[in-house]
Amino acid sequence: MNGLLSLLIFLPVVGTLVVLFVPREKPSVVRWVTTLFAGAEFLLSLPLWTFAGFRRSGDFFFRETHDWIPSLGAKYALGVDGISALLILLTTLLSFISVYASFTAITKREKEYYVFLLLLETGMVGVFCALDFFLFYVFWEVMLVPMYFLIGIWGGPRKLYAAIKFFLYTLAGSVVMLLAIIALYFFNTSGFLWWKGLGNPATFDIVHFQAIASSIPPDLQLWLFWAFFLGFAIKVPMFPFHTWLPDAHVEAPTAGSVILAGVLLKMGTYGFLRFSLPLCPDALASPARFLGLTSVGWVAALSIVGIIYGSMVAMVQKDMKKLVAYSSVAHLGFVMLGLFALNNAGIQGGILQSINHGLSTGGLFLLVGIVYERTHTRMIADYGGLSGVMPVYAMLFMVILLASIGLPLLNGFVGEFTILTGVFLADWRWAAWASLGVILGAAYMLWLYQRVFFGELTNEKNKGLEDVNLREILTLAPLIAMCFWIGLYPKPFFEMTAKSAEKIVAAVSAPHVRRAAQESAARLASAAPLAVLPPAVPAAAAPEVK
Amino acid sequence: MRAAAILPWIPVFPLIGFLVNGLLYLVSHSKLGGKDAPKGPHGHGDDSHDDHGHGEHEEIPFASVHSIIGPAACALSFLASLLAIAAWWGETHGHESIVATLWSWMPMGENATWFGAKALALDAAFRIDALSALMLFFVTLIGTLIHVYSVGYMGHDPGYGRYFSYLNLFMFAMLTLVLGASLPVMFVGWEGVGLCSYLLIGFYWTKTWAADAGKKAFVVNRIGDFGFVLGIFGCFALFGTTDFDRMFALASADPARYAAGGLMTAVCLALFIGACGKSAQIPLYVWLPDAMAGPTPVSALIHAATMVTAGVYMVARCNGFYRISHEWALKVLGEHPTIGGLLTHDASFVVAVVGGATALFAATMGLAQTDIKKVLAYSTVSQLGYMFLGCGALAFSSGMFHVFTHAWFKACLFLGAGSVIHALGGEQDMTKMGGLRKLIPHTFLTMFVATLAIAGVPGLAGFFSKDAILAETWGAGYKVLWALAVLTAGLTAFYMFRLIKMTFYGTFRGTPEQLKHVHESPASMTVPLYVLAAGAAVVGWLGIPKFILGKENAFESFLEPVILKLPAGWAAEAHEMSHSTEWSLMLTSVGVAFAGIGLAWVFYSGAYPFAMPARIAASLGGFYRLVRDKYRVDELYEAVFVNGLIKKGGRFLWEIDARVVDLIPNGAAGLALGLSHVSSWFDRTFVDGAVNGVGNMFQAAFRGMHRVQTGRAQNYALTMAVGIFGFVCLYLLLK
Repeated sequence: MNGLLSLLIFLPVVGTLVVLFVPREKPSVVRWVTTLFAGAEFLLSLPLWTFAGFRRSGDFFFRETHDWIPSLGAKYALGVDGISALLILLTTLLSFISVYASFTAITKREKEYYVFLLLLETGMVGVFCALDFFLFYVFWEVMLVPMYFLIGIWGGPRKLYAAIKFFLYTLAGSVVMLLAIIALYFFNTSGFLWWKGLGNPATFDIVHFQAIASSIPPDLQLWLFWAFFLGFAIKVPMFPFHTWLPDAHVEAPTAGSVILAGVLLKMGTYGFLRFSLPLCPDALASPARFLGLTSVGWVAALSIVGIIYGSMVAMVQKDMKKLVAYSSVAHLGFVMLGLFALNNAGIQGGILQSINHGLSTGGLFLLVGIVYERTHTRMIADYGGLSGVMPVYAMLFMVILLASIGLPLLNGFVGEFTILTGVFLADWRWAAWASLGVILGAAYMLWLYQRVFFGELTNEKNKGLEDVNLREILTLAPLIAMCFWIGLYPKPFFEMTAKSAEKIVAAVSAPHVRRAAQESAARLASAAPLAVLPPAVPAAAAPEVK
Repeated sequence: MRAAAILPWIPVFPLIGFLVNGLLYLVSHSKLGGKDAPKGPHGHGDDSHDDHGHGEHEEIPFASVHSIIGPAACALSFLASLLAIAAWWGETHGHESIVATLWSWMPMGENATWFGAKALALDAAFRIDALSALMLFFVTLIGTLIHVYSVGYMGHDPGYGRYFSYLNLFMFAMLTLVLGASLPVMFVGWEGVGLCSYLLIGFYWTKTWAADAGKKAFVVNRIGDFGFVLGIFGCFALFGTTDFDRMFALASADPARYAAGGLMTAVCLALFIGACGKSAQIPLYVWLPDAMAGPTPVSALIHAATMVTAGVYMVARCNGFYRISHEWALKVLGEHPTIGGLLTHDASFVVAVVGGATALFAATMGLAQTDIKKVLAYSTVSQLGYMFLGCGALAFSSGMFHVFTHAWFKACLFLGAGSVIHALGGEQDMTKMGGLRKLIPHTFLTMFVATLAIAGVPGLAGFFSKDAILAETWGAGYKVLWALAVLTAGLTAFYMFRLIKMTFYGTFRGTPEQLKHVHESPASMTVPLYVLAAGAAVVGWLGIPKFILGKENAFESFLEPVILKLPAGWAAEAHEMSHSTEWSLMLTSVGVAFAGIGLAWVFYSGAYPFAMPARIAASLGGFYRLVRDKYRVDELYEAVFVNGLIKKGGRFLWEIDARVVDLIPNGAAGLALGLSHVSSWFDRTFVDGAVNGVGNMFQAAFRGMHRVQTGRAQNYALTMAVGIFGFVCLYLLLK
């Protein structure tokens, strides 16, 4: 299966070239060619699901390594573990659905539109495949461009403001991340400032950096952690860096919103998992406090604020898309909180919830897009009583909504439950605060549903609304099926991520293990009789018992 | 067949029913468009709550299919339950639980718990023991009766198929709740019934009050769920598992370990918050009265007989935890605990106090309601309080006994009320009823029996269960709570007979058209009424106390294996009371009940408006209005939480979002723009001066060159050919 990842990365580029040769007078050919390539891409990514290696080990598989810029040590290095494989599968599925969902929504400059969608897919898959920091950074930035155009050309009235804000804000974060990457690069080789380097040959190899994480001095780790934090937190987005998201979502075309919420945000959480946690374990374990909170405490606090703040602000939105956008802020707060529980349940729950959010929020954006296409308004006040004219639509909306608010037997519950279990074990007070978000989530979503679907149908324009057609049902069906699958039988998904999560947990608990070993050695040296060794439990996972 | 093989089928039948009914409904409505906009309340203002009218009779698609599949799904589930109970009894004689594991649901990785144990994966599994067998029996039986009743009651509603699909889904969720082998699986059912409750309360979704009530029910229940999930996580952190059998084994082996530091009390209190939501206890009871916006059979099934008792079921299920908390509190607080000490240390005492307070509080609100369903709703809240009072006094089997008897008489009362409403074409206001006794005799008779049962008339179901709770409360030493509960019993008898008198006695006070229209309900509705009334009369005999019959209380013996066995020093001794005490307690409650009945009979006789109540109301003045307006708790919550905290808070934060948080990017952008202007000026003035000088120079130099750009392809080709020729020559020369 060697070369599968390269194939996945460049197949959309091939699709782009083919689309470019189709005359623009034939938009339906453009659409179907793009669908074909996006579909083929999805089918080709399926071996990542069936591959058994992810369930046995947390290593990287499907690896490819070629020299790229030898003078810098940058390589074209690819490889995936269970976590990135799941995210790639999500990407190819959502990209395929987005293409299919754009058929009637996009009526101008279709050729360019589909070219950008395909290029976007290349960038996204590339980010999840890259095992070389340089390559990672290139894909990370490349991906911004097509999204910028998707919002800027096919967006709503304030599309230019939203597109530029999206582009510059994420770029600002990435630049700080680039600084961190460069710092790592120099630390590995010659050293810089007062940090003595390791004297290794120049490389951007991510696996190598993870292996040397324990030799990075704690103070440098702290700098790296916060530099990475800025880059990823803007992408996630975490409170208070989230304001680009509602603007981008509201202005983006439906497919743009689906990809944005479904995949782009997950790059932030992926970054935390892949880099922040394994590369900066000492920064995470450090008891040093700033304004009373440790580094982990700060991230957790911002996540909790994001959950409650996002939900409260979602409550009062008048625009459906903006409401869903703020709900994303809250949901991603859950994901982040799970990751920073730094234990198995939290991390695995966080990964699964990333996928879940892609499915349910992607679904919600598709659903909003369906009525928007018919009425050209997203204002909640323009609706009401839709249950009568669009019963099937109302039913589909209800199912996705329930998935989003975490009703058991649907995916959201499994994710939230696992996250909160992990968070509770880390610090029960975090779990208590975060659970408040579950109440608010039900409140704003059901209120939205009530205002859109219940009551008398008062808006004359809505009386003749057509219910969903077959194509629209087909775009939603895979998402709904996935919601039920993960809700009922999430085991295969957990198995995909279990080994990688164990590896991350081992990495972040390494400093504690080291400290415990040192202490026990010291105790043995002082020959204390029958000393009972304390269990090597990470501080974050230690009981917060009164 | 083994019990484990039958268990999964019990919820599967209603699930199939849900899918079939739902699909048929969608298929028949997707292309029609707008056919199911439910009709408004029939001939009344928007304050009328049960939207039951007989509008023009439209053809309902697949009506006969829905009429068969809906009730049949439930009946099959009842049969499967009987089979499962029989098999379970045969295998264990009721002493053990049987677990049927379906699949591994959530393997959450290796997590260290508070005590260092490795946490276990979570299975999707069902479990049967005496407690769930009891619930299975009456939930499926009463569920089936109410499904049958619904065929008659909802037969003319355009949302008929939707109704049955929701009702079947409810049965699926309720049975999952009952059968769940672990707290999370129970929670699946718990949320599921909440969803169905939401959907069915808002069944008449074109009406704002119905949609509002549904949303309120869901959100208030979510507040309770907040506690429930924290309780689940607490159990997980303590035991490393949330599986009932495993948790109970660990707890009974070493209660001291889990009680230490009040951990068990904290878990119990968190779980009890969940119970308060689902079972409508103070302060979360506010959703239940509003839930009457749903169709009346729904009120009977979900908001009286089954779902709302889930909280009691959960507390009874975790009886060991509450007893450990109680014993720990006594150990910590010493011989003479203060009330404050008990409230902060003893979870079971909190349950008793909340239950007792809710019972009385809700009963007083029931006194002044004129909507027939509202009276029954407050009565339900009050009776649920009784059940918790029993559990709080650690008399879990008495609490469950009241769950069981209450299901019969309250379902009967609600269905009877539905029959009245049906007869009057949607009327729910008791001041517009009266004299219906002769016109709808079957309804009257069955409702009368159920009223006797709830009022605590000796020999009927409610008498035995209520008396058991009162006696246990006294025995546990909670004398004040006992007094409150006796007072509640009197109020219950009073408001129930007030309802009977206002509805069935005196003269009819409605419109002449209504009177002309009044008719007894069809057999599909009266037969279930009779079955339930018979149950209300006799099911109490299962739990006749020992001091009357001289032999063990059968109901208590049946549930005995469910009560967790705790080691010596952790199990409270049974409260042995002398027979004379028991007899005098019983006589007291019977006396109070008859006093309540007698007062109501006197007060609500004669012509409307009734003189005595009016005089009392007038003399009470402001207090009467406060009670009539349900102590304005709803208004308070609305003002503080909904409008204050949530909406105002949300708007405030949104302002912050736009004005402050957005300053991060916009401020940065502004700053960058400002700096750009500065550097642009610098660029123009200084840098450009130099660059332009150089530029001008080049421009002059290349001015001549632009003639080459002719725009003619041939010229370019020629140039290219010349160039290539030149290069080739150069190459050959240098080689």
